[in-house]
Amino acid sequence: MNRLKLLILLPLALALSGCDFVVLAPAGDVALQQRDLVIISTVLMLLIVLPVMALTVLFAWRYRQSNAAARYEPEWDHSTQLELVIWSAPLLIIVCLGAVTWMGTHLLDPYRMLGRIASDRPVDSGRAPIEVEVVALDWKWLFIYPDYGVATVNELAAPVNRPINFHITASSVMNSFYVPALAGQIYAMPGMETSLHAVVNKEGTYKGFSANYSGAGFSGMHFAFEGLTDEGFDAWIARAKASGNTLGRSDYLELERPSENVPVRRYASVDREIFNAVLNMCVEPGKMCMSEMTAIDAKGGLGMAGIENTLPLNYDKSARRGAVFGPEPAYVLGACSTDAPGAREARDIRAPVNATPLMGAGLKPPYLGQSRRSSTSFLSALRPKSDS
Amino acid sequence: MFNNPDLLKFIFGRLTLDSLPLHEPIILGTFAVVAMGGVAVFGAITYFRLWSYLWREWFTTVDHKRIGIMYMILGIVMLLRGFADALMMRMQQAIAFNGSEGFLPAHHYDQVFTAHGVIMIFFVAMPLVTGLMNYVVPLQIGARDVSFPFLNNFSFWMTTAGAVLVMMSLFVGEFARTGWLAYPPLSNLGYSPDAGVDYYIWALQVAGVGTLLSGVNLICTIVKLRAPGMTMMRMPVFTWTALCTNVLIVASFPVLTAVLALLSLDRYVGTDFFTNDFGGNPMMYVNLIWIWGHPEVYILILPAFGIFSEVTSTFSGKRLFGYTSMVYATVVITILSYLVWLHHFFTMGSGASVNSFFGITTMIISIPTGAKMFNWLFTMYRGRIRFELPMMWTMAFMLTFVIGGMTGVLLAVPPADFVLHNSLFLVAHFHNVIIGGVVFGIFAGIAYWFPKAFGFRLDPFWGKLSFWFWVVGFYFAFMPLYVLGLMGVTRRLRVFDDPSLQIWFVIAAVGALMVFLGIVCFLVQIAVSVLRREQLRDVTGDPWNARTLEWATSSPPPDYNFAFTPVVHDSDAWWDMKHRGYSRPLTGFKPIHMPSNTGTGVILAGLSTAFAVGMIWYMWWLAGLSFIALIAVAIGHTFNYHRDFHIPADTVVREENARTRLLGAGAKP
Repeated sequence: MNRLKLLILLPLALALSGCDFVVLAPAGDVALQQRDLVIISTVLMLLIVLPVMALTVLFAWRYRQSNAAARYEPEWDHSTQLELVIWSAPLLIIVCLGAVTWMGTHLLDPYRMLGRIASDRPVDSGRAPIEVEVVALDWKWLFIYPDYGVATVNELAAPVNRPINFHITASSVMNSFYVPALAGQIYAMPGMETSLHAVVNKEGTYKGFSANYSGAGFSGMHFAFEGLTDEGFDAWIARAKASGNTLGRSDYLELERPSENVPVRRYASVDREIFNAVLNMCVEPGKMCMSEMTAIDAKGGLGMAGIENTLPLNYDKSARRGAVFGPEPAYVLGACSTDAPGAREARDIRAPVNATPLMGAGLKPPYLGQSRRSSTSFLSALRPKSDS
Repeated sequence: MFNNPDLLKFIFGRLTLDSLPLHEPIILGTFAVVAMGGVAVFGAITYFRLWSYLWREWFTTVDHKRIGIMYMILGIVMLLRGFADALMMRMQQAIAFNGSEGFLPAHHYDQVFTAHGVIMIFFVAMPLVTGLMNYVVPLQIGARDVSFPFLNNFSFWMTTAGAVLVMMSLFVGEFARTGWLAYPPLSNLGYSPDAGVDYYIWALQVAGVGTLLSGVNLICTIVKLRAPGMTMMRMPVFTWTALCTNVLIVASFPVLTAVLALLSLDRYVGTDFFTNDFGGNPMMYVNLIWIWGHPEVYILILPAFGIFSEVTSTFSGKRLFGYTSMVYATVVITILSYLVWLHHFFTMGSGASVNSFFGITTMIISIPTGAKMFNWLFTMYRGRIRFELPMMWTMAFMLTFVIGGMTGVLLAVPPADFVLHNSLFLVAHFHNVIIGGVVFGIFAGIAYWFPKAFGFRLDPFWGKLSFWFWVVGFYFAFMPLYVLGLMGVTRRLRVFDDPSLQIWFVIAAVGALMVFLGIVCFLVQIAVSVLRREQLRDVTGDPWNARTLEWATSSPPPDYNFAFTPVVHDSDAWWDMKHRGYSRPLTGFKPIHMPSNTGTGVILAGLSTAFAVGMIWYMWWLAGLSFIALIAVAIGHTFNYHRDFHIPADTVVREENARTRLLGAGAKP
């Protein structure tokens, strides 16, 4: 059986030589650290898995029925020492792995701002991160660059070695925003915002796609991610600017309709509030924003009047609304403003730019070494210079 | 009459001629094959006048052994359907390159992968595992039947009704196109307006009733009906795992029922539990369904662990090493399986602390699982291992499952999961544990207990052929998916652009074909064994020189299992009896009190199916009438006072004497 397994491995080994293992050889620092964790965990587990496999084969061979030379003890069924070993060996591995997990999960929390752009380079504080707003649509991706006022469909670009802050939402169903070469994925969900912080270190064109099945056009829901030089990125932005298209609310509603295998599209100008409106599900004129509604509810709501504050839905977004026995599809009328109070607040909360190990976005830095500020302290020596 | 659209709509709801897939040649072809097969079976049964036999002896039976066998048949039939889906997916993914769209349009492909997952979990793995537990547990604890024999029959037919609904969706309407867990908002009426998700909901709701009741039944059986002397810590390990599994079923299936009920409220009456708008929260659905879904995988794997324990101990001719730690490991896994559900969606954006908590609890499960693995190893140590078919499956399991366990723990590290989640690596991982664990375990169990159920062994040649096709085919089918996952390829894709990936999908398709040959060989094995049953006959009732009580009685066991309830002094009760020179009682038989057969289970399940069809197609009159009938029949059944009888003492004497003669004048007890 083992010999057979080797035979199976042979064609694999041959075929492996010509493949792009993007998960194992990514182009971004975050994905690279995630790759490291994949490898560390695998090696840690192999410490126990390989002996178990070897022992299985060994015992199976040695204690086969035809081997009369082997000892046979049909009543032997307990050994306290062995029991201790078989419970504690996996336990030790899991303790190590658990520690690695705790640290790795906090350090690589996608909500956490980057502390470094490569293993030997802290974030350059003089160079602001690039903000990208991502909307998963049926079945294409919309990328909005609020700082540049441009947007694209199914093409994403970023300058190398500059942190990227993604703000991600979706228009209709769940998707997952994933560029394997850049960083791990995060779900894109309607009415909710998720975040991802990443950086690309190498120029090149990489694949990005939805990693969560979202309906008929799912297979075509991929995009190119370009890692560009600063000049290349400026040219890329200029190209969008030159396209002459605009993305206002009505254009968005048109774009939002289900379509498959959509070619790249560029927009020279974008409604500043469009992402906010998508997030709060109030792109349609007259509809109350979710943030507005929650703000009203937080102050006690509109009482019985709130029930009356709806209109029958006379447009049909992309999907049939309502239910068999349910009320007629309706929407809640917006109050005076279409702006969403407070929606931007959450985004303005910045995590401290500090790469101290063992610290999550919400945790205080370890006290050790802070009080003395001694340059000989091991911990403070580890801290990147940008922090001081 | 047929010109009146309102009347037609009243009668047929939203079911129209367009709902029949007349324009899809693949489905039409499948229908033709299934219809011909169905007509052939139907015709054969009618020709040989078997209907009344089947109705009297099988459909209405309350005998746990026959119900167990019917569960196994259901599981194997549905395996063919689920595997056909798997083959179609593998073919589609192997050819949809270089601009080719493959042979399945999205509308069909998306149903295929949804149906594959739903069928394999709910209507293959669950019936097979439940079938083995149903057959073996009462025998292992020295009981005459389960605690509630009628409930057992009813549970089986409810599970079957769910399977019927899934099969019906193939030819009338369509199945869900949402993936096997039907996450909203995609599964809400807005994005899945067709009957597919309703089929999904009602098939699982109907089958879920069966699963839940069977769980209650087996817990009660194990707790209350053990033979005298069988304390909890003398229960066979398979019975222990069955107990834990059924505790999991009873504690987790209500969550599934509730979450599907909430989804149907969203779809039918316009509530907003899981909608995007009006305060609904789809993340709640994802949490709830995995609070059921994670225990579900342990529901499947724990009995498989039990089977491997029995098999390893029997075929090593040795006591199970570390019985106590095996039991505690099982119990610990049972409890921990409730604390890990979030690892199925680390990428939904929980905070780092929440993610690491669930990642670490997940890893902790690998400790008792690892201990189990070592216990099997040290059971083999200083044994005399006979490599019969069940032991071969166990060896394949031990070598395969550790790989699946390793990739599983890897996926439990949240940052690693961020790059591998929903990728083909994940698909490879869960097939590695479900095929390498559950399926291999079920095959080991079938090979091990088949002689008990039918009185003859399975043919070893075809069994070994099937074994090698399965094992080698598994590696060919899923190792390429691990590789593809590391290349960043996600699951459920229908077409691909990158031609360099194709070779891997082709290898995987070859593997799937090998597994298909494995399934064919398994069916041939059963046919050959039936034909050669005289050569393969076992008259001792204990063909493997085994250790637990089910081997103390004849094969197949008499209706009453044991003429006298055995008394247990050891965890390996039958081994202990053999070694203490136990002699079978030959006189003093008394009449045996037994439950009577009843057709109520079939009728209730049939009415449930009608109710579900009414709900799915909006035929409200049908749903209403069948629901009223359902209640009426259930109440009516409580007035059935003919629910038990006594097997006369002379029948028992006749059966026991026949066994004495077979045993050959006491050559072996």
